Amino acid sequence: MGTTGIIFKRELAAYFSTPLAYVFIVIFLVMNGIATFDLGGFYQRGQADLQPFFNFHPWLYLFMIPALAMGLWADERKTGTIELLLTLPIQLHEAVIGKFLAAWVLSGCALALTFPIWLTVNYLGDPDNGVILAAYIGSWLMAGGFLAIGSCMSALTRNAVIAFILTAAICFLFVVSGSAIVMNAFTGWAPQTLIDAIATLSFLTHFEAISRGVLDIRDLLFFAAVIAAWLLASAVVIEIKKAN
Amino acid sequence: MIEISHLTRKFEHFTAVDDLSFTVAEGEVLGFLGPNGAGKSTTMKIITGFLAPSSGTVRVDGHDITENPMAVKALIGYLPEGAPSYPDMTVLEFLDFIAEIRGFSGQEKSRRIEQVINDVALGSVCEQSIDTLSKGFKRRVGLAQAILHDPKVLILDEPTDGLDPNQKHQVRQLIRNLAKDKIVIVSTHILEEVSAVCTRAIIIANGRIVADGSPQELEARAPTAAGLTEAPSAPGRLEAFFRSITEQGAL
Repeated sequence: MGTTGIIFKRELAAYFSTPLAYVFIVIFLVMNGIATFDLGGFYQRGQADLQPFFNFHPWLYLFMIPALAMGLWADERKTGTIELLLTLPIQLHEAVIGKFLAAWVLSGCALALTFPIWLTVNYLGDPDNGVILAAYIGSWLMAGGFLAIGSCMSALTRNAVIAFILTAAICFLFVVSGSAIVMNAFTGWAPQTLIDAIATLSFLTHFEAISRGVLDIRDLLFFAAVIAAWLLASAVVIEIKKAN
Repeated sequence: MIEISHLTRKFEHFTAVDDLSFTVAEGEVLGFLGPNGAGKSTTMKIITGFLAPSSGTVRVDGHDITENPMAVKALIGYLPEGAPSYPDMTVLEFLDFIAEIRGFSGQEKSRRIEQVINDVALGSVCEQSIDTLSKGFKRRVGLAQAILHDPKVLILDEPTDGLDPNQKHQVRQLIRNLAKDKIVIVSTHILEEVSAVCTRAIIIANGRIVADGSPQELEARAPTAAGLTEAPSAPGRLEAFFRSITEQGAL
């Protein structure tokens, strides 16, 4: 097993050795249930799909994912273990990726445990399971994007609560950047290319495209690029801030 | 062999390490002394590859820390200040993690973990999570991870800070036993510790070396009129010397 794998294993075990992993999974499932059946009107719609379930995910991730990511680096700085970790014979990127993967796999586990909703819709009707699979992939990729942002914000501070708030704020900007809230602020004075550029940064637009069942390579690449860019930023921030 | 040459580290508002040069050879136990903020920890952080130097070089066994950090890190066992470790892991889990990162697996891994648990007497607590341990045990866990791979170079930042006299004695005993064919650098505030374990002492103040010699030599250089009526003990003389050279620097 490579060094990244060893760090991944330790981090994942650390989530499960505290109540964090269980609390995260339980709250995630409960919130998904409420969103799908009460807020989303799953039964009332009378359609055999999971749109109300997936539509809620960006907003759910907005406050759930920062909780997973906030401790990634802030806790290492707070307890001083960052000094231990980074003087072991490992490369910085191995630590950044290992930690990110552990959080991403945990969010993937929580997502996979929503399968009873998928069973329900298959029991009640005849949904397009290809679309549902695509939406699951899209949702997990979006969680990865949020987590990569969270990794970077966690590297900025030794205070996990500040990391939580920063992550939620930046993620909110990425979610709404294609919506009227942001677009109205730019139309009229900003050049069209800038407006288009901001609109393409929207998590919502790309996620909705995938969750309609269109696995466009551009949408997949978008999330891959977001994850890569924010993890790179994490490494840079750790390198700069570790002296303080 | 550790060769440090013209090492300087600047932070925004001050220079923590200022043109430091010295070498340490195998078999030496170097005591690193100085007032708080003198640059002891910063120097150790640079040697272990945690911080990058602003200028100057550090070579460990011929490997440059900035050019080949992985080779240097593999040679060094490091106990950072305060002996940080992951509080939610048990002692065994933690040592297992360190052993895997150090590249051990299978029987060799188990053998090494078993040995360090014996060396630092952690047997009674190895199933406990680290945050439930006393300060002395936490320090020993930190020592265990530092010596697990039998490193050529051992760097210990205040290894006995906050321990009771018995624990201090045990840690010193351990350092003496380990020291035979290694390079050991120990930072400390406790001057009697230098007399007890070190073969050489460097006193630094404001990032510069102000004295370098065997503990006996430094004791001999203590000012005779240090305000003491009785002939002081060896650590007392060392303390008098320490004060005479570091207080001047501070004023």
